[in-house]
Formats: sequence, structure tokens, C-alpha cells
Amino acid sequence: MSKHILIVDDSTSVRQMVEATLKSASYTVTAAKDGLEAFNLCKTASFDFVLTDQNMPNMDGLTLIKSLRGLGNYAKTPIVVLTTEASDSMKAQGRAAGATGWMVKPFDPAKLLEVAKKVLG
Amino acid sequence: MSIDMKQFHSVFFDESQEHLDEMEHLLLDLNTEDPDAEELNSIFRAAHSIKGGSGIFGFDALGSVTHIMESLLDKVRQGKLAINPSMVDLFLSSVDVLKGILDSYKSGNDIDWLSANKICERLESVTQPKEVEPEIEGFGLFVEPEIDVEDGFGFFGDPLLPSQEDAYGFFDEEIVPVSKPSRKTKKAPAKQNPSEQKNSTGEISNQALAPASESITENTSATISEKEALLKEVASAPVTKTKTTDGTASENSSIRVDVTKVDQLINLVGEIVITQSMLNLIGKSIDGALGEKFQSVAAELERNTREIQEAVMSIRMLPVSFVFNRFPRVVRDLSTKLGKSIDLIIEGGDTELDKGLTEKLVDPLTHLVRNSIDHGIESNELRADRNKNPTGKVILKAAQQGGSIVISISDDGGGLNREKILAKAREKNIPIGDSPSDSEVWQLIFAPGFSTAAQITDVSGRGVGLDVVKRNVQSLGGRIDIESQEGLGATFTIRLPLTLAIVDGMCVSVGNQTFIIPLVNIVESMQPLKKDIKTLVGDDQLLLVRDQYWPILPLYKAMQLEPQFTEPHQGIAVLIEANKHRFALFVDGLVGQQQVVIKSLEQHYKRVQGVAGATIMGDGSVALILDVESLAVSAAPNSLQQAS
Repeated sequence: MSKHILIVDDSTSVRQMVEATLKSASYTVTAAKDGLEAFNLCKTASFDFVLTDQNMPNMDGLTLIKSLRGLGNYAKTPIVVLTTEASDSMKAQGRAAGATGWMVKPFDPAKLLEVAKKVLG
Repeated sequence: MSIDMKQFHSVFFDESQEHLDEMEHLLLDLNTEDPDAEELNSIFRAAHSIKGGSGIFGFDALGSVTHIMESLLDKVRQGKLAINPSMVDLFLSSVDVLKGILDSYKSGNDIDWLSANKICERLESVTQPKEVEPEIEGFGLFVEPEIDVEDGFGFFGDPLLPSQEDAYGFFDEEIVPVSKPSRKTKKAPAKQNPSEQKNSTGEISNQALAPASESITENTSATISEKEALLKEVASAPVTKTKTTDGTASENSSIRVDVTKVDQLINLVGEIVITQSMLNLIGKSIDGALGEKFQSVAAELERNTREIQEAVMSIRMLPVSFVFNRFPRVVRDLSTKLGKSIDLIIEGGDTELDKGLTEKLVDPLTHLVRNSIDHGIESNELRADRNKNPTGKVILKAAQQGGSIVISISDDGGGLNREKILAKAREKNIPIGDSPSDSEVWQLIFAPGFSTAAQITDVSGRGVGLDVVKRNVQSLGGRIDIESQEGLGATFTIRLPLTLAIVDGMCVSVGNQTFIIPLVNIVESMQPLKKDIKTLVGDDQLLLVRDQYWPILPLYKAMQLEPQFTEPHQGIAVLIEANKHRFALFVDGLVGQQQVVIKSLEQHYKRVQGVAGATIMGDGSVALILDVESLAVSAAPNSLQQAS
């Protein structure tokens, strides 16, 4: 069974691009448009990998990560936060929130797949 | 990688356009004295989203401008930079530049790098008001779309969940720059110890950030205090970000569809409507039990068809706020330019209108709003003299009234000046009656002669190219009326059909042909009495209705058909009011009222004078939809008087 990835981004075009890229590598993909939607999805479904944007309305990426880590079955799930800044403060927050890793925007499809491959094995 | 990024471009363009519109909207609404935190966040996010997307899809010019905007906005929302009206102006100009760049990308034209760079410089000068640091020059201007893999992402071990050490061990082995400090952290037993955390982050930043700094210069040049502020901001983020904004909430349940697909659907539904009425007709000719059965099924089909039709039509409907939302900007710019202070009030923005109409409404509405501000509303001093509130008021209103949409532009300015308009009309040799009513006088300003109008500006005012406005509204099947009271203001009211694809019509017959008259043009229909018909020299006839003479236009003559009746009192006179003309259309008989699906005649054949389009009737025959305006002109120019 292919791995199920949840992508969270408020930009439709980025979401479509990420979705198409991951699907091209035969992953199953579900998309959410903000942290809140993603969080609600996660409460009812399980994902092997969550890739989330940071800046979103309703619930941002870090809050989502914190909330997910609070859910029992998401304690181990790899979560990578997409960010436009790879500053140390950003990383500190990512780490504190419980993210598995970070990825800088903009990225290209190849790099996206590389990250997915790394976390999903 | 075999992913073709081009397929996402149009979505990105639409999205960016929306973000830009939203940004503009929010900026205009922003209270610079006490800016709303969530509004600032939304503006920031809009810039941020465009930047993110443009980086991914390689639209560097968009990325470079939004990048600087984003940094600046970030400072503003963190409270490190106070926003002031001149910054709002600057942001608005940036939005304009971005819109230009976006259009260039959309149409594949060359990017106006000059204005892009110029706006970047202006934005930068705000960021660094006094000392322009040398490294700021680079400022990550044109964000590199590609970043080396090692710098582009990384993985942390999880300091908060040390029990997961095994689960993440694999990644720790894989990642070179970040993994070392993170392993250290995991070993630290006191996971809540703040100094321990600070240490580890410091190490990460030094190792991992250095290579990334080429692309994201601004982040590396951020000072320690900025980082702390950022930390604070994000710590408080959950509280401030739980508020929902309308725009994003609705996006969830909507999809983007190409307009041509919807048009195709509408066209097909139109065909079903026609087929359905054919079935109805056949059903009536079947007798007995089978016929009854058939008719009940046909009735069921009719109901379903109508519902489908309505549902499909509603896909094309957009709230009129799509048009209205640009006006705060127009009003702001123009009032600043003219030194008038003006409040814009928008009502009924959620009224829905066909997408085709909303696009074509922009120009006429802009023209009318400009007119109200430029000519309608008096200067502040004059308003003070007249004991009026020095701040003028412009009200944009939309509402649905029956089968049409009514949009009005009102102002509380000086109103139209009857005497001066009449004087102007005489000067321009525009024919006027002896004692014209106010509404007749107001219509004069739509005359083409009034449009060359620098002179009229100092008179009373209206009239710069209003003939074009009127023509545009008419081309949408609508009409425009004026109400005005001297000293109190004026209201322009535009009435439009709900949609361009379907028209409510009256079917009339001439000989063996059927024609459709748009219901909006019909005042009433009657069988005229012989005594009310007066014949003039040259066979022209007039019909007397309630003390008014209506020129009679025989449709059979205009269409060169063999009619059933040649004498008006034998047939039916349909009283028609078009924008310029008023006449009695003489036909053989009325067939009935019906909604018809408009098919373009030009597209399949050619433009025919007097005919607006065609439709297919229930029996499969083609009927022409009359364009009463041009019919009047082409058929009998001599006998038809001006309606006004």
C-alpha cells in the first residue's frame, strides 16, 4: 500500500504542484488548505507523513505540529514544515513544536521527492 | 522530474490576482492609527503566499517585489515598524506594480523590470530609512528558484520527545549539517531547560544557515532582537490566528473552473430546454392513456430541466462585490487628487450577477463613480458654505429586483443643473422640446455632443463621455436613469438583466414566422381601435394611446414578410420602449410569453439589423429575437420620434 501523505498549504497552486509531484511518485496524497483543516483530518485519518506550510490562516504550521504531537497517534509521524526562512529562530521554533524537519520554499519537485523519500524510507 | 509546472500557472495567476485584490482591499480598509493585528497578518500572508508561489513557479519579478514587501510587512505586524498613510500608499503602488507584472507573466509579455526595481528601492528605503547597509543591496532580490539540497531542508531530532529517539535515529544519520546538534539535544535529559535549547539552536543556525544565506539574505541579516520578537510573535500566534477570514473560509468548498466549460454547460442545458419543449409539443398530440402518461413524464422533465437550468446559470453568478471592491481604491486616489474628502459606502455587494456582466460593468461604473466625485461632489469650501458635511458621500448599491439587477451610484453633491444643461444643449444644437421634464433634461447629458466636456465641468457638471457609458450599459441589455435634486445630489441607476444567456420574451407572430420581443422593452400590448389610428403623409401611421401618439412600425414591412393582416386595427400593437425610441410594433398576434435561450446570430451567420439573436422554439423552428433599438432605426427613421 502506498504511503499516505498529508500536505497543508493555503496556496492552491502550491498545493496542486506538491500534490501532483508526490502523486507522480505513487504516493497517496490528501491536501488541506490550513492547519485547522489538517488537524481535523488527522483526527479521523492517519497519515504517514505530514508536510505543512508555516504561514496559513486559521492555524499556522507550528501550531498544527504542536497540536498533532498532542494527538496520541501522531507522536511519531514525520512532520516537515515548509518555510520561506531557514533562520535559526525559525528552526528553534520548529524543533520546539516537535517538527521532524524543515524545508525551504521555494523548492523544486525533485527536492520535494527527496525529502519524502528520506522520511518515508 | 517529469512534472510540467506550466499546468499550475493559471491557478497561480488567479490566486495571485486574488491575493493582490485582497491586499489592496485590506490596505484601503486599514486604520493606520490603530491597525488591526489580524488585518496586518492577512496582508502579510497575501504577500507571503505570492512570494512562495512565484519562487516555486519561477516568476522572479513577482518574487523579488513581494519578498521585500513581506519583510517590511513582517516588521509592521510585529510592531517594529509603525505603519503610516505614506506606507499604505507605497504598498498600494507596490500592488499596482505587482498587478502589472502579473499581467505581463499572464500574457507572456516582457517584464517591466524598471518599475519592479524602482518599487523595490522605494520599499527598501522604508526598511532602512537612514543607513543603507551594503549587503542590503543584494537583498535576495531575485530569489533563486533552486537551493542546494543540503540547505533546502533539514531534520531535527525531537528534543521534546526523547522516547522517540529510535524512530528518528535514521534521519539523524542521514542529515549532515543539522543532525549533530540535534543528537546532542536528545541526549540532554533536561528537555525543558531553556539555556540548553538556546544553545542547540545557536549551533544549528551557524552550521545550517550559512549556505542558505545566499538566497535569503534578509533572514541572515536579521538582528538578535528581531529573532526574539519573532519568537514572541509566534508564541502568541495561536491566539491571534484563530479568527477566520471570509475569503479563505469560502475557498474550502469551491473549485476553479474554466469559464468556457461553464459556457459549454449552459449551452447544452439550453439545448435540453429546447428538446424538452419539443417533447412537450409531441406529447400533446398523443391521445389516450399513453398520452396522459407521456404528459406527466414530460411535466416531470420540464421541472427537472428548469432546475438544472437555474443551477447551471448560478454557476456563472458572482457577487457584484467583485466589481465594487475596486472602488475604494478609485475613490481614494481620485479624492486625494482632487483634494476632496469622500466617504464611499457600498451596499448589496453580495448581490449576484452573471460573470460576463460583472466584467463589462467595470468601465461604466468607474466612469460614473469618477463623475460623481469629480463633478457631483462640491469642493470642501463650497460644501461648508452650503451647510453640508464637508465630507462628501458616494453610495454604490446593488440589489436584485425581479428579473433584473439594479445598480445605483448616488452622491450628495450639487446635483445636475437644469438651466445649464439646457443652455449647453442649445449651444450644441441638440433638439429639445419646449418644456422638457427634468428626466428629459437629464437624459441630454448622455448625448454624444456633451462628451467633449472640459467646459461642462465648470458648469454643472456631468457629462464626460457619458454617451459611452450609456452605450456600454445598453450593449448589456440594460438601461440607465438619472435622478437629481439641485443642491442635494444625483443618482444614476443602471438596470441590467440577470444574465446574458437567457431572455424573457414575448413571442409574436407575423405571417408564418415567430419573433421574440424582449419583455423588458414591452410596455403593453393591445388591439388598437380603428379610430385611434391616424395616418400621416407618406403612409406613416400613429397610434393614440391615452393622449400620446406612438408611431406605428409594422413588423412585416421591416422583415419583408407576407402578413396575415395589413391593417393595424386587425392585428396587435405592442407598445415598445427602447432607450432612444418609443413606438408601437404592429404584429399579427401574440403567441405567448416564454424564456428563450439566446443563440448568437453573428457567430453562425452575420449581424442582421434589427435582430439581436436567434432561438430555437419547441417545434424545432428558429425564431429571431428582435433588437428593438436598431429595428426602430433601420425600419422607419422618419416617423419615429425621440423617446425623450
